[in-house]
Amino acid sequence: MTRNKWISGPYLVWMVLFIVVPMGMVVWFAFTDNVTGVFTLDNILRIGNYSNVFVRSIWLGALATLICLLIGYPLAYIISRVDEKYQNVIVLLIMLPMWMNFLLRTYAWMSLLEDNGIINNLLAAIGLPRIHMINTSGAVVLGMVYNYLPYMVLPLYSVLTKIDGSVIEAAQDLGANRFQVFRRVIFPMSMPGIISGITMVFVPSVSTFIISKMLGGGGNMLIGDLIEMEFLGNSYNPNLGSAISLVLMVLILISMGIMNQFSDGEDATGGVLL
Amino acid sequence: MRAARFWGLVLSAGCLMGLCAPSFSAAQISSDPVASTRSDVTINVYNWGEYISNGTEGSMDVNAEFTARTGIQVNYTTYDTNESMYAKLASGGGDYDVIIPSDYMVSRMIQEDMLAELDFANIPNFQYIDGDFKNPDYDPDNKYSVPYTWGVVGLFYNTDYVTAEEAQSWSLLWDEKYAGKILMFDNSRDSFGIAMKLLGYSFNTEDEQQWREAADLLVQQVPLVQSYAMDQIFQKMESGEAWIAPYYSGDAAILVEENDNIAFSVPEEGTNYFVDAICIPKTSTHKAEAEAYINFLCDPEISYENCSYIGYSTPETAAKEMMDPEITENEMYYPSEETIANTEVFIHLSDTTNQLLDSLWAEVKMGGPGQVGELIAILVLFLGLYIGVVVYKRRKRAREQ
Repeated sequence: MTRNKWISGPYLVWMVLFIVVPMGMVVWFAFTDNVTGVFTLDNILRIGNYSNVFVRSIWLGALATLICLLIGYPLAYIISRVDEKYQNVIVLLIMLPMWMNFLLRTYAWMSLLEDNGIINNLLAAIGLPRIHMINTSGAVVLGMVYNYLPYMVLPLYSVLTKIDGSVIEAAQDLGANRFQVFRRVIFPMSMPGIISGITMVFVPSVSTFIISKMLGGGGNMLIGDLIEMEFLGNSYNPNLGSAISLVLMVLILISMGIMNQFSDGEDATGGVLL
Repeated sequence: MRAARFWGLVLSAGCLMGLCAPSFSAAQISSDPVASTRSDVTINVYNWGEYISNGTEGSMDVNAEFTARTGIQVNYTTYDTNESMYAKLASGGGDYDVIIPSDYMVSRMIQEDMLAELDFANIPNFQYIDGDFKNPDYDPDNKYSVPYTWGVVGLFYNTDYVTAEEAQSWSLLWDEKYAGKILMFDNSRDSFGIAMKLLGYSFNTEDEQQWREAADLLVQQVPLVQSYAMDQIFQKMESGEAWIAPYYSGDAAILVEENDNIAFSVPEEGTNYFVDAICIPKTSTHKAEAEAYINFLCDPEISYENCSYIGYSTPETAAKEMMDPEITENEMYYPSEETIANTEVFIHLSDTTNQLLDSLWAEVKMGGPGQVGELIAILVLFLGLYIGVVVYKRRKRAREQ
């Protein structure tokens, strides 16, 4: 064991240089004044002015995560149950959009959703009324769901596919109906996948900034936009920006703490949640 | 400051193809006498990306030409925002001899004592700079900067729906008739600038009350605005998704050139004209050579080459005269004197005002100020949920045992 410790050396150096030090700087900036550099709590206190940005970000992020879960779970389940030779192809298809640049995908949605966009032109062509979609918070959620869905499907799929068929058969033999099998066996066993899926969708959704800019019309400001404004806007206040990032990190940390409480129960008897 | 340097490049490529700009070979240009400079040094030039004629598409390679004339080597690097350039210099992260910040950043750097006073005896070509650009508000005694390029903020509008008369006023952006077809700048300084002009105030004021009035005006505008955008205006205006958008003249000129139904106007309430100016940071170790470089950039032929390539306007009449009259007579590139008389440059605001501006801007876009209590409530809710879950699980485990 000790013999192999040095192997972790490069990563340790990397981690200290590019994770620990920057984190320390964020904390340092968050608690210092942007002119004098002395200790202050002003930055943290001023974040209160932006509370509605936080509420909106968390709400939209949570909504996108829930939709991803509702779409992603059945999809992952179906994939895990089809013939193995098709599974790789389907997973590939799910990954396919991710090969394209993130910005480009979002940009494409912009031209799809616009009032004169492709969808509305199609609707008009077949005589249906146009729908206003772009620049609404719904469009932002759609952008999040579209971009982050694979992050929900993949961990779910990898967990579901590992569930031994004989476990399900055993449940059926013991008289469980299909609903009970799902509730008592499949769902609890897939809990780790659900947790990592939720984390992997919620965290980037809450901190995204380009989606809200492109699909939300800039009027649906999220935390990411706010942080961008503090660093690249005209006030150039990295201290306030760091303080906002810090609060965001704390929020995410707590959410992950909550999530972890659920994932450790997988070895226990089923029905952790229910 | 300019969000879309990329479009400047596209535009200039278009200009070059369309106009077949005459190219000057090195032999045609007489060499300047360069006094008291050493030719064995290298100067570090820090400029915007795509912001100098670089020899592609038949244009002149300005830096190579400078080296050919003076023997001074140029180490050329680029940045993409004033703020990133400022941050690099302020943190001592770079040793630069020539920088080209925008107006308000020049004034900020003067206030913070970061710029060296120029020795204009070494910059005889400063005489070619037009009087309008000398002693600007951002550098009132003209001691620290030499203008490089400039442009104005104006209204781009779709002539199929909007008349030219309507586009004579910024109030077009508040016209309920065009609700949902209006785009607005997605940055605080430019958006507030327009609101301040409409109210008849200066956008360089430190008067909090006036900024709050402007914020009220911007709040009224929110329901009419289709989206707050920067680069996206190109796509949205071209597709007819939006009909009205304020933008920087040089950047968006391509819209007017390529679309017959898009026109440009400078509203009569006045506007912001922006200048990017050449300066020498205080830390420069090759000041004489840097001044030789500035002098070289002010040579009308060089200014002509640069401005033809990057698509912005030149501050030198002599360089302007070399250009195609189609360009120089175009209000979009070279607004008339009356228009210019009614403009103002951005100067650096105090930190207090800048922060007021950004928080008012966030309020405008979020539909009102936030509450500290709300944020605390979120944190408490999250923590409460966490503690609740932990306690629940502990109890459950205890029960099971």
